[in-house]
Amino acid sequence: MPQIEVRGLAKTFRVAERLPGLAGAFRGLFHRRMRDVHALGGVDFDIERGELVGYIGPNGAGKSTTIKILAGILNPTAGTCRVDGLTPWRDRRRHVARIGVVFGQRTQLWWDLPVIESFDLLRDIYRIPAEAYRDNRDRLIALMDLEPLLDVPVRQLSLGQRMRSDLAAALLHGPSLLFLDEPTIGLDAVSKLAIRDFVRELNRERQVTVLLTTHDMDDIEALCERVMVIGNGRILVDGSVDGLRRRVRNERVLVVDYDSAGEAGTVDAGGDGVRLIERDASRVRIAFDPDRLPAATLIGRLLAQGTPKDLFIEHPPIEQTVAELYAEHDMRER
Amino acid sequence: MSANIGPLVAVVSARYRTLLQYRAAAFAGFATQLFWGAIRLMILAAFFAAATEPQPMDLSQIVAYVWLGQALLGMLPWNVDADFRAQVRDGTVAYDLLRPLDLYSYWFGRTLAFRVAAPTLRGIPMVLFAMVLLPLAGLGDWALTPPASASAFAGFAASLVLAAMLATAVTLLAHISLLWTISGVGMDRILTVLVTVFSGLIVPLPLFPDWLQPFLNWQPFRGLADVPYRIYSGNIPPAEIAGELFFVLVWMIALVLLGRLILLRGVRRMVVQGG
Amino acid sequence: MNSAALLYRYLSISLRGQLQYRASFLMAALGNLLNCVIELAGIWVLFDRFGNLSGWSFAEVAFFCGAVNATYAIGELMATGFDQFGTLYVKTGDFDRLLLRPRSTVLQLAGHELSLRRLGRLLPGLVIVIAAWAALDLPLEADRLALLAFAMAGGVAFFFALMVLQATMCFWTTESLELMNILTYGGVETASYPLPIYHRLFRRFFTFVVPLACIGYFPIVAVLGVDDPLGTSRMFQVAAPLAGFAFFGVAIGVWQLGVRRYTSTGS
Repeated sequence: MPQIEVRGLAKTFRVAERLPGLAGAFRGLFHRRMRDVHALGGVDFDIERGELVGYIGPNGAGKSTTIKILAGILNPTAGTCRVDGLTPWRDRRRHVARIGVVFGQRTQLWWDLPVIESFDLLRDIYRIPAEAYRDNRDRLIALMDLEPLLDVPVRQLSLGQRMRSDLAAALLHGPSLLFLDEPTIGLDAVSKLAIRDFVRELNRERQVTVLLTTHDMDDIEALCERVMVIGNGRILVDGSVDGLRRRVRNERVLVVDYDSAGEAGTVDAGGDGVRLIERDASRVRIAFDPDRLPAATLIGRLLAQGTPKDLFIEHPPIEQTVAELYAEHDMRER
Repeated sequence: MSANIGPLVAVVSARYRTLLQYRAAAFAGFATQLFWGAIRLMILAAFFAAATEPQPMDLSQIVAYVWLGQALLGMLPWNVDADFRAQVRDGTVAYDLLRPLDLYSYWFGRTLAFRVAAPTLRGIPMVLFAMVLLPLAGLGDWALTPPASASAFAGFAASLVLAAMLATAVTLLAHISLLWTISGVGMDRILTVLVTVFSGLIVPLPLFPDWLQPFLNWQPFRGLADVPYRIYSGNIPPAEIAGELFFVLVWMIALVLLGRLILLRGVRRMVVQGG
Repeated sequence: MNSAALLYRYLSISLRGQLQYRASFLMAALGNLLNCVIELAGIWVLFDRFGNLSGWSFAEVAFFCGAVNATYAIGELMATGFDQFGTLYVKTGDFDRLLLRPRSTVLQLAGHELSLRRLGRLLPGLVIVIAAWAALDLPLEADRLALLAFAMAGGVAFFFALMVLQATMCFWTTESLELMNILTYGGVETASYPLPIYHRLFRRFFTFVVPLACIGYFPIVAVLGVDDPLGTSRMFQVAAPLAGFAFFGVAIGVWQLGVRRYTSTGS
């Protein structure tokens, strides 16, 4: 049985419209027009134990609404959801004791307390048995290199240090399911890598199921085998990262470098859907679809025209793929 | 001053729009002040019922004093602008130095808008209620009577303008003091106490013991409430109105000058610390 | 860890935090103290001018004033998390953080802060009660003291409930609502004077709807040992503080409704 089972999940919010200007503000005193906003319009998916799933989409597409419902702090308008056999919003307190949640924009720790005291307080809140707590805490401190930070009040931590502490805090009670909402937002490169390594290890070694929302496609490429794309409240794509690429446009880019200046200027790649993207004195970049024209054929054509010094094949960056997918479905940020 | 009018209009209009968005707060504020007025009146009337000797104010003057106090409560400088405090806390207040305006005048305009916007929205319904609705409900004894005379009305209008400026000058002193004590939570509490007691809001000043009157008559806070309300009800006779207005004007100018002086030092401090 | 122990941990942490900001705590405490003193001074000014208040003496009214201030201070001290709920939890979205923890929200909010500056109202309140007790020559009997303690306990539950209701309103509107100030600060002001001076409608409201008089005026009349001009029986006066606890129960029920609303609107 999947660990998370979501069927027909829908959420509609009612919001008051504001009328412009001073006169509009006066009218708003007595009469307010309401409008329905469909944040989720029927979402289905399963997540198996031990999966690491990326969840992406533009702002306002319904990502955080989904996460909030799965975490048990928001009721859906319609649909069902079972997490480890519990309905999150009905069994909130039992449910949240078994999951971990990290919001990148917001800390779960106590602003004025040293990190270690936040941990101790969480032990009491989650009723973690003394021995399990000690083991978990010491392992997390070692893994996330928190030793030097333990006596520092949270308000004095850098963003990267805070995020490492927050991740550790969310795992003290040994949850089997972890929700990560933009865990790398605003972090420097070193901290990002540390967070990614940690999440990967957690997933592989401890079989913790992870649902990761992010705007950073490097997170997705580095961590996730499966990715779900949400737009306008619906799941548009659910599959492997490669599948996502293929679904939008199955395109590779061949980059060819030449030694002698000028040689690149004369190259002709020929037909079969091949496009010349860029050409300067010593380099050409050619886009092609391997299903229409195998790479070997393309390279053969080029070798017939000259002697490249080097050649290699690139995937288009996934950002571009995702941007094209959003454009295809006419998704604007709301 | 004229260069400051444009931004001032924008600031005032923005504040009205913000206030109007909060309709529940507007209705709640009205209900709150109504309740306070009723409680104060019942307490004062119960005391009056036991009085045997003639008092420095009669009950109808007390009634006017209480209702005007409730209508104009927001105008009293009893708190600081939360937006301003937030600006000081996060340092963005330093950007105000970038504006091509005289800083004190600019802040005076902002603070005036803060002081005056809420009471105009709340004061008018409150006056209508106390003056029109109460007599209709058969509670004429507790109604706000019209001004005692034409000159009382004119004097009241003039003293109200002065009271608004005085309130702004006092609030601005508190705002400027925030540049030193950033958390400033305590400052406005003490300001609240000073202002509510010595303006006459808690107990009308004429009811204080006679031996305290000379002191009460010379302190600036009575210009905020006691002077306008007593002019309105005729407790201050028309012949004395001009003198009272002059008294408030002098205090207002003195507090503006004091504010400018302190601001000068505050700006030096802001520049040195970089906000 | 059981709830009481967890609450204790929360509160000891809060106390240490406040001691870090000593200056602003002292200023705020001083402000609270002044408020209480000013209130009493206002009563004194009126007595000085008018002599008496429909037969009540200054010491008796001071007793009402001191008792309600002390009671309110304890309630406010314990319910600070609810008092600041709108700005600290709803506007910031931090209430989500509480919901993500496997503990009741009431417990977590009660543990938010034990705000020491409220002592600024508690201490003068108690001093006033003691001084009025002495001035009135009341005998120091166990049953009087017990009744006063019972009234104050009911009062703490009552004011705590008001803070919970005030916080609950934030689920419907995040505007800073002064409405509850009528019942909190306004309640303190109202209960500082004997109930009979108010209009019949106010008396009924504060007895049957919002039972302020049941934790203030009625039991204190019994503590003072005077006859109630309103003609209530001693039995009623002694039992009245129970209404404070009942009011607390109602408030917690309303709070649960509010939480349910929050989790369905997410705002």
